[in-house]
Amino acid sequence: MVERRPFSNLLAHLILWAGIIVVVFPVYYTLIASTHNPRDIFNGEIGFLPGGVPTENYKAALFAGAKQVKTTPATVMMLNSLAMALMIAVGKIAISIISAYAVVYFNFFGRMFAFWTIFVTLMLPVEVRIYPTYKVVADLGLLNSYWGLSVPLIASATATLLFRQFFMTIPDELVEASKIDGAGPMRFFWDTVVPLSRTNMAALFVILFIYGWNQYLWPLLITTDATMDTIIVGIRRQIVTSDANTDWHIVMATAVLAMLPPVAVVVFMQRLFVKGLVETEK
Amino acid sequence: MAEVGLKNVKKSYGGMQVIHGIDCAIKDGEFMVLVGPSGCGKSTLLRMIAGLEEISAGEISIDGRVVNDVEPKDRDIAMVFQNYALYPHMSVYDNMAYGLRIRGLSKAEIDERVNKAAGILQLQELLQRKPRQLSGGQRQRVAMGRAIVRDPKVFLFDEPLSNLDAKLRVQMRVEIKQLQNRLGTTAVYVTHDQVEAMTLADRLVVMNAGVAEQIGAPLEVYAKPASLFVAGFIGSPAMNFLAGKISGDGRAVELAGGARVALADGRFASSAGRKVTLGVRPEHLVQDGAGTAAHFQLAIELVETLGADTLLHGRIDGKGDGLIVRVDGATMVKSGQTLALHAPPGALHLFDGETGKRLSD
Amino acid sequence: MRKVGFNNKLLPYLLIAPQIAITAIFFYWPASQAVWQSFLIQDAFGTRTEFVWFENYEVLFKDPTYFNAFIVTVVFSTAVAALSLGIALLLAVQADKQIHGSGPYKTLLMWPYAVAPAVAGVLWLFLFQPSLGVLAKLLRSMGVDWNPLLNGNHAMILVIIAATWKQISYNFLFFLAGLQSIPKSLIEAAAIDGASPMRRFWTVIFPLLSPTAFFLLVVNVVYVFFDTFGIIDAVTHGGPAKATETLVFKVFQDGRLGGDLGGSAAQSVILMFMVIALTAIQFKYIERKVHY
Ligand SMILES: Nc1ncnc2c1ncn2[C@@H]1O[C@H](COP(=O)(O)OP(=O)(O)OP(=O)(O)O)[C@@H](O)[C@H]1O
Ligand SMILES: [Mg+2]
Repeated sequence: MVERRPFSNLLAHLILWAGIIVVVFPVYYTLIASTHNPRDIFNGEIGFLPGGVPTENYKAALFAGAKQVKTTPATVMMLNSLAMALMIAVGKIAISIISAYAVVYFNFFGRMFAFWTIFVTLMLPVEVRIYPTYKVVADLGLLNSYWGLSVPLIASATATLLFRQFFMTIPDELVEASKIDGAGPMRFFWDTVVPLSRTNMAALFVILFIYGWNQYLWPLLITTDATMDTIIVGIRRQIVTSDANTDWHIVMATAVLAMLPPVAVVVFMQRLFVKGLVETEK
Repeated sequence: MAEVGLKNVKKSYGGMQVIHGIDCAIKDGEFMVLVGPSGCGKSTLLRMIAGLEEISAGEISIDGRVVNDVEPKDRDIAMVFQNYALYPHMSVYDNMAYGLRIRGLSKAEIDERVNKAAGILQLQELLQRKPRQLSGGQRQRVAMGRAIVRDPKVFLFDEPLSNLDAKLRVQMRVEIKQLQNRLGTTAVYVTHDQVEAMTLADRLVVMNAGVAEQIGAPLEVYAKPASLFVAGFIGSPAMNFLAGKISGDGRAVELAGGARVALADGRFASSAGRKVTLGVRPEHLVQDGAGTAAHFQLAIELVETLGADTLLHGRIDGKGDGLIVRVDGATMVKSGQTLALHAPPGALHLFDGETGKRLSD
Repeated sequence: MRKVGFNNKLLPYLLIAPQIAITAIFFYWPASQAVWQSFLIQDAFGTRTEFVWFENYEVLFKDPTYFNAFIVTVVFSTAVAALSLGIALLLAVQADKQIHGSGPYKTLLMWPYAVAPAVAGVLWLFLFQPSLGVLAKLLRSMGVDWNPLLNGNHAMILVIIAATWKQISYNFLFFLAGLQSIPKSLIEAAAIDGASPMRRFWTVIFPLLSPTAFFLLVVNVVYVFFDTFGIIDAVTHGGPAKATETLVFKVFQDGRLGGDLGGSAAQSVILMFMVIALTAIQFKYIERKVHY
């Protein structure tokens, strides 16, 4: 530290803690609310401490869903979310790593064209072409299916670019050495490229899992069957604008359940998460 | 221009002490070099003088004023960093002018000072460039320029040449020395390179593990190293060390291998029987000429020809301690040969066997 | 792209095929459909279509609700980008100052990234729910007639808060990484040059952080354009009276109500061009890398 200024250091701590309180408060309050009974919530009388029904709301949310507006139980919705997130993460990583491998390690006719074809999609989210894409999925008969939920979101350039960038840093000597050892391209891929890419794959997996779990517009659009709802969409369905009909105690419990997996991933895989975040956005 | 005084300066990080009380008085206009192996605390000491690190205990004064609680900007010092720390988004001109602007100098005066410094350092052509458009040596000069425009009381250098290639390093070394001579500004210079230290310094502080082992002029340190550590650190190749003890009459050292090396007329009579380490520099061992008795028979194992000199590595009697001898480049010796060597009494250094301190002579 | 590779003829095509196929089917085909449809007008029964060039666009530009959505989007994205960047920068600078490391603060501040926008919306909706929200009550007790269900400004404030809250962690992480990549010696050099902490920030740190800031600005705008759909849908439904209807929300809403396929497609195409423009700016900027 260049200066010794106890006051400025104290101020820094105060600002940081103020920031942390702002960041934590909504979630804390949701957690609190999810343990109170519906009547107290409805009357706005829950205070800032845990309520008396720590498990009932969760049981209801997990196995029954909201009552006043009929919704799917959270267990089902979480499974849907999990399936969607995993398919997107695994699918993206799989097709990206092989396409990046093709672009980097092979000299084939149309390579640059292929690269740019993928590259152009970099920043165009599904939201901008939502209805035509919906129509394609509908025509393919994939509405209300896991395939329909995940496959269209697998088309994105980010992961391909990340792998391409990483492959460029693998020294040429490694290819030459394995050629001399008699390895063909697929052998080199499995024995060298994949093991070297492990950290990158893991980092990417963390980011993509969160991305997939948190999808909203797309699943909202292509699932009409309530049993196919993801948990993020499901929460939305539990809220009714004329709020007397909203089961807030269920909503709060469901919200906690919806946040839990991705937040846990971020907190427990902090290093991979930060790496993935920074590298996919280059 | 100013003196810099260090009084029992200490530094701890958390519970770990890394500087163990250093005393040193740097004279006005002096070029003082801090030298020592990596991690010995040179940078830490320099940064305490700069005000970038808190002083845990003791006192540092600049120009008679105790600066322990003075912020860097008010110490009137300038520093050249190892990575130069040039502001990448500013031109060379702005890099040099930045400190002057903050001090509120007039535009005309800033212009004059920057141009003058640029003239001295041959940077006139480069003033509008950004640091990334400069070569390593040019960046180094800009860093120097930024230090001299401010006309500070003290220059501080933290290994400023270590990012340059060998040739440029020698050239910049000369330039720094000339510049400091010309400006007459007190300078404190950190390096781990003993050649740099010897060539630049008016005096040097040889540091080891947070302790100043010796403070003195380069030749003094070379001629009379205060400890085994200093003796081994200064000089290249390093001094030869041989374990032994002072003979009963105090006139010679009896080496572990059995050889007897005569000392200059009984100066160590009072230490008779003491365990010592005998030191002799490779360049001071002489081939056994007429009239001197050989001390060692050195079986040569390796010959390194450097051109001007040749280094001979070998073992005493082919099985004892290893020795290095520096001989004239014209000498024709082959490995496998045996050489009779003599260590002149005047070139011997004795260090206490336990403490490693030099035995007074 | 590299000197050493393999020579197989068929293999590279097989490897790249899945990516290209998915991109073609779910990206290029729908995108071109959108462009094509934006030039068509369909009659009410969907039996006849007519090619009308830019008529759909003309209609759109004259449509006050589209203009409204545009203004809403501008206000919304400006507010969210400014607030979330400002707050994140403030926090990152304080965290970077910490001698004992920014680690714990980083952990405590970064996880909202993982909260889905729609869920973030629900959390804040619950806090500001006029009849039972704790913060709504606080506002009432202070004499504010708080009601985001009826008051358009209140609704806008609410979605801005939720969207900002969700985005702070992302910006914080990038700012912190940016700050930590500035060599310490640069700051020390500035201190020795006599610059006060404030001056150091504005003349040395901030200029060096500007590439990060610019990058984040573009990313934030794209975020506000698209990802906040979930927040708006969950909190206000674009209401009251379209006060929070952004461009993306309008595309969705118009499309869902059915009918005007051409107009909806035209809206999509305009959005696409906006993102392409932003991306292009981004790349230009990254290429030049400003200060380095
Ligand atoms: N911020 C710090 N916290 C804890 N220990 C430190 C810190 N800075 C330095 N040290 C320790 O203090 C000792 C001296 O470090 P210093 O940087 O002064 O070494 P140096 O002599 O400059 O070495 P080099 O030649 O490698 O630069 C080292 O053991 C180092 O590990
Ligand atoms: Mg150092």
